[in-house]
Amino acid sequence: MVSFTPTEEQQMLIETIHRYAEAEVRPIAHEADETGEIPAGVLRAGWEIGLIPAALPEAYGGLGEHEALTGVLAAEELAWGDLAVALKVLAPALLAYPVLIAGTEAQQAELLPLFAGDYVPMTAALAEPGLFFDPRALATTATAQDGGYVLNGVKSNVPLAAEAHKLLIYAREDSGAVGAYIVDAGADGLTIGEREKLMGIRGLPTYPVTLSGVRVDAVRRLGGEAPLPYEAILNRQRVALAALAVGVARAAFEYARDYAKGRVQFGVPIATKQAIAFMLAEMAIEVDAARLMTWEAAWKLDQGQDATREAYLASRYAADTVVFVADSAVQTLGGYGFIREYPVERWLRDGRGFAMFCGLATV
Amino acid sequence: MAISFAMPERVERERMMAQALAEGIMRPVSRQLDENEHERPVDFIKLIWPVMRDQQARALDRLKAPPDQEKEKKPRSPYLAMMVQIEALSWGDAGQYLCIPSPLLAGAAIEAVGTPEQKERFLRRFAEGDAPRWGAMAMTEPNAGSDTKAIETTAVLDPETHEWILNGEKIFITSGGLALRESDGIVVVWATIDRSAGRAGMRPFVVEAGTPGVTVSKPEIKHGIRASDTVSIKFENCRIPYDNLLGDPEVRREGSREGFRGAMATFDASRPLVAASALGVGRAALEFVKETLHQHGIDIPYDQPYHKLSAIQRDVLEMEAQLKAAYLLTLRATAMLDEGLRNSLEASMAKAKAGKAVTKVTQKAVELLGMMGYSREWLVEKWMRDARINDIYEGTGQINLLIVARRILGYSSSELS
Repeated sequence: MVSFTPTEEQQMLIETIHRYAEAEVRPIAHEADETGEIPAGVLRAGWEIGLIPAALPEAYGGLGEHEALTGVLAAEELAWGDLAVALKVLAPALLAYPVLIAGTEAQQAELLPLFAGDYVPMTAALAEPGLFFDPRALATTATAQDGGYVLNGVKSNVPLAAEAHKLLIYAREDSGAVGAYIVDAGADGLTIGEREKLMGIRGLPTYPVTLSGVRVDAVRRLGGEAPLPYEAILNRQRVALAALAVGVARAAFEYARDYAKGRVQFGVPIATKQAIAFMLAEMAIEVDAARLMTWEAAWKLDQGQDATREAYLASRYAADTVVFVADSAVQTLGGYGFIREYPVERWLRDGRGFAMFCGLATV
Repeated sequence: MAISFAMPERVERERMMAQALAEGIMRPVSRQLDENEHERPVDFIKLIWPVMRDQQARALDRLKAPPDQEKEKKPRSPYLAMMVQIEALSWGDAGQYLCIPSPLLAGAAIEAVGTPEQKERFLRRFAEGDAPRWGAMAMTEPNAGSDTKAIETTAVLDPETHEWILNGEKIFITSGGLALRESDGIVVVWATIDRSAGRAGMRPFVVEAGTPGVTVSKPEIKHGIRASDTVSIKFENCRIPYDNLLGDPEVRREGSREGFRGAMATFDASRPLVAASALGVGRAALEFVKETLHQHGIDIPYDQPYHKLSAIQRDVLEMEAQLKAAYLLTLRATAMLDEGLRNSLEASMAKAKAGKAVTKVTQKAVELLGMMGYSREWLVEKWMRDARINDIYEGTGQINLLIVARRILGYSSSELS
């Protein structure tokens, strides 16, 4: 049966997040972008919606709701509010979901309960500095030594690294395969660099992280001896990123649409001119197309099918779409589009960030 | 309800049957029919007629069945089945697909606004007999393309004989010759019963083959879909029974768009299906490009960073993403039809995206394959020509954008023209 209607529970979740995004996130989004800080209360309220806690197995205080489809519906709505807030609220998932997907029983028992209570900053380090990043050719290494591992290398764009309690470090193993290692904040040899200065998503602090001979016990390797289901983790991140991009794109489209209906030039709203109306129509079509591609990829993941192709195409398409739509929104607002008091230029800066994320997960 | 992309098994089976027909019957004569314009795809017509006929028979029987049984017998996803079949047949050959012996758009109009009696009277012929029959729709005129309310063909009621008298000229009628000259078919003609009423005065009329006063011109010579029969039809004092009018004969003014609405309801159903045909042509080109590249040692990865991809791989990925986007928009518009939901916005979104996407995708396919793409030895150049119509007929890309724009902005056609 082909259908495009979310379940009632999903619909309620979307509405809950929308209320939060509209009432609490939108009002602080500009300030967060200017100052680089997201108010603790907004973060707390976002966490309390319970997206990540609900994903935990019942044994660890969750509801076991770990559907990718529910995840993308939630992510779109959160990002509609603000991308930096969405990413900060969701950052702990960078550790929680891989543990959920690939952790040993002991690792799950130790780590998952950490996500059941209040917001705890957690993160993962995948990307590496340099012009060309390839997640299958990591320069960071994990060398087997004395029954454990030693990590060496430099990571970049690690969200919340300075405050995270734990970091999941992705590294190339002796076999050439990628492994992931759970490292505590303050581990010997782990250095957090200065906060990175980015074009957009400025409310979300990201850092370079240096690993110089960081020792990890064998039990801290995600999944123990088992090979890491790296593709599954990446695919999950791809569809989440695609959904976030759709959320930003939709925000920009809706704002431009409403603006064009209210902005009068030549005695009529500019939306009554085909040059503007057609641009808005194309924006609407592209937002819907990107969303449908994201849904299809998420649905395939939930069916347990190989969704590499769908996740890849969806994340690329959504990353292109958000820039196209946000750029068109800036154009719709004309001079005002360029003024920081209006949100559309922020959405263009935030949207371009997916090109960078795509260096993290889409590739 | 829950979001799902799972094709019903029955629909999937029908898709596979259509794909087999496309491969075995249509593809082998695709080039020949393109080179010999106006030659009929006889094998395809012969094979598909019994299938279409029996489908039509079942559809008509369902109309007669008592309401409780009707629900039971009703196939669960008729439009979805049509979408995947049209996509597959158009993968075979879009021009041949358009020659499919069925009521086509005439059927869509009769379904949308006809009475049960009219459905039986006009559609029964498509449900019986050994000889194939065609239906067609005549809307466009030399001076009325996208501006459908400008149609000049008139229908005047003769109070004495109680007949409508049609006068005017219609152009670009798909399968018009097949419907009126080569079979015992029908054409739905849009005419005005009151020119001063504009759109409110527009009405669809059914004209049967053999009606005096109808002249079918010689077929058009076209850029693509050459196997498809495209003609003009002249009506000169063509008299048809009063009951051949579809819908309400009363013209309600004061902003009424009664007649026009019938046409629009037809488009809501036909646009996703036209988009489906476009997608089939696009898929043909994409598959051929991928297969050819594969033979030359170039495969398309779905997990590589951007900087590791060649320009050709990037182009193919872009083609694939564009087709997928168009496919999913079409799937949504079609699924809504099966659910009985209003889909004007989604239908126009799908049609606008698919028309544009396949135009670009097929043009890129010719470019990527170089001389092989340009050569008439292969079908890629034909697909590029076949694809082009999809952004033109059943509402140009611009008209569909206009409809999308009005819907998202909440504007009427006078507020955004």
